[in-house]
Amino acid sequence: MDGFQGVQGLHPQIHQTTCTPVNKDLRIAVVEADRSLALQIVDVLKDDGWNNISVLGDTSGLARKLSDLAPDLVLIDLENPSRDLLEQVSIASEAETRPVAMFVDRSDDAMTLAAMEAGLSAYVVGAPEPDRVREVLKTAIARFQVTSQMRRELAFAKQALADRKMIDRAKGMVMQAKGVSEDEAYQLLRKQAMSQNTKVIDVARALLTAADLLT
Amino acid sequence: MSSQVLNCGYVPLVDSAPLILAAELGFAAQEGLSLNLLRQPSWAALRDLLALGHLDAAHMLSPLPVAMSLGLSGPKVSIVTPIVMSANGTVLGLSKSLANDLRQTGWQPDPERPLDLVAGLQALARPLRVGVPFPYSMHRLLFEYLIENAGPGLAERAQIVTMPPPLMAHAVLNGEIDLFFVGEPWGSVAVRNGAAELVLPGSGIWAHAPEKVLAMRADWAEGNALTAGALTRAIYRACSWLGQPANRSLAVEILARSEHLGLPHEAIDPALTGRISPRIDAPPWQISAFARFHGGATTFPWRSFGAWLGHQMSRLENLDRASTLKIATQCFRPDLYRAYLSTTSADMPGASAKMEGTMAHPTPVASMRGEMILGPDAFFDGKTFDFPEIF
Repeated sequence: MDGFQGVQGLHPQIHQTTCTPVNKDLRIAVVEADRSLALQIVDVLKDDGWNNISVLGDTSGLARKLSDLAPDLVLIDLENPSRDLLEQVSIASEAETRPVAMFVDRSDDAMTLAAMEAGLSAYVVGAPEPDRVREVLKTAIARFQVTSQMRRELAFAKQALADRKMIDRAKGMVMQAKGVSEDEAYQLLRKQAMSQNTKVIDVARALLTAADLLT
Repeated sequence: MSSQVLNCGYVPLVDSAPLILAAELGFAAQEGLSLNLLRQPSWAALRDLLALGHLDAAHMLSPLPVAMSLGLSGPKVSIVTPIVMSANGTVLGLSKSLANDLRQTGWQPDPERPLDLVAGLQALARPLRVGVPFPYSMHRLLFEYLIENAGPGLAERAQIVTMPPPLMAHAVLNGEIDLFFVGEPWGSVAVRNGAAELVLPGSGIWAHAPEKVLAMRADWAEGNALTAGALTRAIYRACSWLGQPANRSLAVEILARSEHLGLPHEAIDPALTGRISPRIDAPPWQISAFARFHGGATTFPWRSFGAWLGHQMSRLENLDRASTLKIATQCFRPDLYRAYLSTTSADMPGASAKMEGTMAHPTPVASMRGEMILGPDAFFDGKTFDFPEIF
């Protein structure tokens, strides 16, 4: 299966919404390396009644996998560098089966804007009914909004944690070299940062880099 | 004085330097602009954001404005280029196994002899997967040009595969691709990873290929002529600055320090100095005009560039030649370049189009200030491309 998993049947007892006349048999491919994020997207689409969804995690050989899968709609994060691989599929395929970037006709600017701001790009293959595509996108956009917010928070938290570790190491070095307390060491770093009009983390980084060179 | 904020997109490659330096060295500020530099993860994302108005201007692959204006890539929007940001700066590399197979045929690597490489690939008679960064990139067009007259079979056996540059080294190591055409630093990265060897700089196929351009929507440029002019001047000054040999090591420092590229010193250096190591154990090539930003009218958006791109694309995509060339030629705008830079010391060539491929050596031509040196701009096969007089 090398990186490609069909996920039909994970949630067998999905409550089909009966109020909508839209036929929910679109084949949807989600290109996403992070498996838990991919499954979250799959889950909300399934909750909405879309059952024919596949996840492509590993993008090696993406063109071949997509051609085997023959999806009607491909969803991919705007931030995913592998998006250019989908452009490749466009030139390699026959005209009728080419994935075409959504919103090419600019017929629905509000939805385009919403998708972009949520960080979602979508490709349609062939000519599925616009109503069905629009419905999938509405659901996916809502999910992507939450996801991209989570990603931003996660990246921010990771950076903050890495910065704190580095400042702690620098503090330790100052404490040892000058025989001062932890608090005094931090004040020294802070004073240096202020006099150089820079951040404490930058002073800490410079100190550690210099120390690495000298040891 | 409050400055006007412009949203400018770029992909973190060394040749986005003019845009980054226009912001970092204050060339934009001198023009009353504040550049909001927005790094993009893919050319497709950059393209869509420019098309839909989220970006005012962008660092862009030179064929992409043509592809967008023709409606071949993303939303169909007319895009114009008032200034070329760089020429050349690309490398062609082979997987270790392909290089070994080629040596069995008697081929010896020589960056001065592209025809030997084509003959070797022809003799091997095996399918080749060729990684390029984007379908509408100079990389793809130059590779197609390299093999188009190679004789029967080679063009059919070569399959073009799009591969984001940061994944190129990994893909060649995995055997997903046999050859790749990529901009720096990603060629050098593949060499250092032991995955590949480099066999030809892009300039070995076309000695002066426009590589990246400043792209803007035609309607935006028209409605914001003063701003477009100010941005073009800031880019021009950054290109001139980069073109001074004395500034190169400083440029490497600034680019490595700036958060915009996210690349270390040693990844930026080869592209700017032209010292590219083709193999781990080999001495570096010294290529005089590797990534070229200035001199030889590098920044001038020749209409004949648009014509050449349109000509190649019409062949690859089976498009009507005359209408394709008409649209392609309108993407390159020497009229805007002349108007926007009229207040600077920039020298201008007398003509706005030229026959491409005629200069094997630097050649003096008539310019507004008397004389300027153009070229070399020869194609590897010695052919020339005449600007079609149909417009």
